[in-house]
This record gives sequence, structure tokens and C-alpha cells, in this order.
Amino acid sequence: MQIRRDVFQAIADPTRREIINLVAYQSLNLNAIAENFEVSRPAISQHIKILAECGLITIKKQGRERYCEASLQQLNEVSEWIERYRKLWDHQFSKLDLLLEEMKTKSRSRKKNSN
Amino acid sequence: MTTRNQTKIVAEPGKQELFIIREFEAPRQLVFKAFTDRELLPRWMGPCEMTMKIDVWEPGAGGSWRFIHTDKQGNEYGFHGVCHDETAPERLIRTFEFEGLPESGHVVLETAKFEALPGDRTKVTIQSVFQSVADRDGMVQSGMERGVTDSHESLDRLLEGELQASH
Repeated sequence: MQIRRDVFQAIADPTRREIINLVAYQSLNLNAIAENFEVSRPAISQHIKILAECGLITIKKQGRERYCEASLQQLNEVSEWIERYRKLWDHQFSKLDLLLEEMKTKSRSRKKNSN
Repeated sequence: MTTRNQTKIVAEPGKQELFIIREFEAPRQLVFKAFTDRELLPRWMGPCEMTMKIDVWEPGAGGSWRFIHTDKQGNEYGFHGVCHDETAPERLIRTFEFEGLPESGHVVLETAKFEALPGDRTKVTIQSVFQSVADRDGMVQSGMERGVTDSHESLDRLLEGELQASH
């Protein structure tokens, strides 16, 4: 049986949320991550495995070390409000796209007239 | 026809900031103008079923601003703040407060950066810093979404589908 992994499961655990925060702006190897926690290294390794399965972090090999990197785009799935907020802005920006096209046309014809 | 640029929101759980990121097919000067010109702003700002009115608009450091969005039922939603910095065509820093909240004083610090990209394109990154995580999550949920109803969203999808089909 395959265990279903999703983003909600990933962030349900406080240790995993803390791991995401740690690697949000810099990639870290397992030791560097584990230093921040009281729990054992294998336990942290297990959390990282779950986060990777959910697509929240990616693991990149550099020589003998494996570095964890956050895939922040995935976090957008977490809250529905973010998507609603995104749609609100996306809608405004499509109107802005049209306005900018108009402004570009105007500035082009102004240039032509002055030549 | 170029493909539509995606609007990206980055809002990490547990943080009191969020980022709005979008690229535009226009040179930086024009995009900056569209963000700061009193005549141009109402043409794109605000949810579509609301009309936007600029009550106060004093661009430049030290000036203040106030917008009013009005829905079809005549309900008004006010927003105001002060301009901290306006460095054309690259940066805007302002405060922002939604007047429809149960208590006043929940202020957001907004920094918009305009980055020139090759091919006369522009990348806009807006960072909003809230006073708390609860403010960030709560304010976006309460006031801002009021205009974005489900029916409007489905209409939006319909129109988008039609636009795509006509191209």
C-alpha cells in the first residue's frame, strides 16, 4: 500500500515546519539541520524524507554531502487564502497588462511623430 | 501573442511578510508610471466589480494617499497610508491600512521594486510586512477577499477561456 503524502501532512508537524524555516533561505546538509534540534539525527532524517516526498524540499548531492533546499512554490498549496489573494492580484495585473500595451502604443506613435 | 505572465505569491507559514511577484511586457518607466500616476491607477487597481476612486494622492516622500473601492451595493472600502519613498523608476515604499478592520492600527509596510529585464521587460516584486502573522493571514482573508466572490471567479474563468479561444 502506498502512503499518501501531501503538503498538509508535511506541515502538520512542528519539527518539520522548523526544518522548512531553516532551509527556506539557504540550503543546509543533514548535520547542519540536526544541530538545531534535540531529537536524534535519524529522526531528523526521517522528517526530511517526508518533506522531500511531499515536494517541499529537494535534496541535492554535492560531493559526499547531501544538501536540503526548500521548494517554496509548493507552500502555495498550503493555504487557500493565498490562492484567492493571488487571483485578486492576477486579475488586477491582467488589466495592467492591457493598460501597458496601450501606453506602449502611445509612446511609439509619439516617437514616430517627433521624427 | 506572448504567453501571459504568472502572478506569484510567496507567503511562508509562520512569517509576517508576503511577496507578490510579477513580470510585465513593458519597459520599467511605463510600469512605474502605471503604479504612480493618478489617472492610470484606477484603470487597473481593485477588484473588477468595484469602482476605485482616489481620494488623496500625494506621491513622493512624506505625502499621503487614500483610495476608496465601492461595490455595486454602494458599500465603500477605504484604504490609506503615507508614502515613505518614491525613487523613480525603481522603488516605492509606503504604508497601507485597510479601514474596514474592527480596530485601527493594523498597518502594513509595502516595498515595491521595479527591475528592468532584457527585452524591455520589467519584474515587479512587492514585499508586504505585517505587524504579526495573524495580521497577515487575517487581513488578507477578511477585507481583501470580500470583493472576490465565487461567482465572480467563475465568470473570470469563463472570460479567460474565451480570450484564450479567440487567440
